[in-house]
Amino acid sequence: MAKRIDVKDLNVYYGDFRAVEGVTMGIDARSVTAFIGPSGCGKSTFLRTLNRMHEVLPIGRVDGEVLLDGADLYDKNVDPVAVRRTIGMVFQRPNPFPTMSIFDNVAAGLRLNGMKKKSELQDVVERALQGANLWKEVKDRLDKPGAGLSGGQQQRLCIARAIAVRPQVLLMDEPCSALDPISTLAIEDLISELKNDYTIVIVTHNMQQAARVSDRTAFFNIAGTGAPGKLIEVDQTATMFSSPREQATEDYISGRFG
Amino acid sequence: MSATSLTPSLAAADPGDASPGDELRTLNGGGSGSRRVKDRIATVVMHLAFLVAVIPLVWILWTVVSQGYHMLLESTWWTNSQRGVTVRDFGGGAYHAMAGTVMQAAVTALISVPLGVFTAIYLVEYGRGRLARAVSFMVDILTGIPSIVAALTVYALWISTFGFSRVGFAVSLSLVLLMVPTIVRSTEEMLKLVPNELREASYALGVPKWKTIVKIVLPTAFSGIITGVLLGLARVMGETAPLLILGPYTKSINMDLFNGNMASLPTMINQDRTEFLDAAVQRTWGAALTLILIVMALNIAGRAIGHFSKVKS
Repeated sequence: MAKRIDVKDLNVYYGDFRAVEGVTMGIDARSVTAFIGPSGCGKSTFLRTLNRMHEVLPIGRVDGEVLLDGADLYDKNVDPVAVRRTIGMVFQRPNPFPTMSIFDNVAAGLRLNGMKKKSELQDVVERALQGANLWKEVKDRLDKPGAGLSGGQQQRLCIARAIAVRPQVLLMDEPCSALDPISTLAIEDLISELKNDYTIVIVTHNMQQAARVSDRTAFFNIAGTGAPGKLIEVDQTATMFSSPREQATEDYISGRFG
Repeated sequence: MSATSLTPSLAAADPGDASPGDELRTLNGGGSGSRRVKDRIATVVMHLAFLVAVIPLVWILWTVVSQGYHMLLESTWWTNSQRGVTVRDFGGGAYHAMAGTVMQAAVTALISVPLGVFTAIYLVEYGRGRLARAVSFMVDILTGIPSIVAALTVYALWISTFGFSRVGFAVSLSLVLLMVPTIVRSTEEMLKLVPNELREASYALGVPKWKTIVKIVLPTAFSGIITGVLLGLARVMGETAPLLILGPYTKSINMDLFNGNMASLPTMINQDRTEFLDAAVQRTWGAALTLILIVMALNIAGRAIGHFSKVKS
């Protein structure tokens, strides 16, 4: 498990509008990479190109290369559905399936991909919930609706659902922005445990969070409205927060931005 | 029902004429009572409008129930047809008409539901560009056609063009024309209510689009879709124009949708209302009450399904 990602000269479009321009970067396996930057700079858009979710939008379009351990995700022969089985995603707002119980939510990915055996599912669900630090809280009510949990629990349920299909990479799009500080802490602890098994990419607006959880940080910025977002620099998190190479990074991190 | 119940709670703190202190006066609207007067007037007008709207409803219900209930108390009403019962004879049953109405409605639903639901899925999940706009426009037009036009369209096709006769299935076809647009619209609304985040969550698990629709989107919208279907069905069950044109009345039981005349509750009402004899008039009220009960049962079922659905917001 856990593969590295290399992005080469990636441009992301909404129709004719270029939202992200010329990104080239590497994302290490078994580590946490954080994307930071102001709103609208394209970091979430870029994140969604890493598992081909961007093209779910009718006007979404991408050119460039995204290599997962050397294999191009945007090759003609690659099935986007298979890509998403390999690269999982956790969203900004917890989104458990409302018709399903806690158990069914975690089992959904496997079940919908054809796995039926009850005993195996039970194993996977238990492991995934333990992996998401939720098992102890829900083990006695697995048949209750997932939507009945608290916001923080729901988000960990979504993480359990994502890791139940055993992806290589886990993308997280501002996973704590809808949560209170205690639940945020629980998710951050979880992220540092998950990085032993997964390659993790997290988008966050919270620079302290980026500093706390990530090994490497990438800073994205936008020149102005209508201009495409760009990757300004990417480096070890400690370096980024102490001595960034670019002036723009320093301005943003120290709060002198815009 | 008091008109004051909707006035703001601040009014409760009003000590009235006793000794309105300056500060309280400010709280009550800056010393001007005009806002409170407007509030009162609006409240009264709204309650009156409600009353005016409800009076005819209660009146109709009361008349139909009081005139027709005793017909429904006879067990023969539910088991017998009108075969051999002349307009001067009291009693007889409505089984033939109930069976016709229910069968015609069932066939209508059987055709309309898949047609309507699939169209809605196309419009919400797949439809892009010119074709989708054209389909949506057609549905709008269908929504607006009067039932007599739907009936004559089927008449032109079924009888004038194909040379078939006036049978129950032709009635169902014209009801389909009326039911499909309501199902498309209600299903569309329900599918749009399913948050996009759920679709994305499913895609992110590597689930293909069609499976996402079948396993995630439709179950989430299920109760709403069923409610829409039942309400749509309740509406077409009371349609009369297609029945008068395509479904001639008979006093006998006919369970064959493709052969012979088939009775239905609206045509039974229409038949008996033309006779000015007590026996027939009583049957008219009885059939009307029966139709109302069936439609009401569908409505209640629709709401109950919505209420007990698994999705809680």
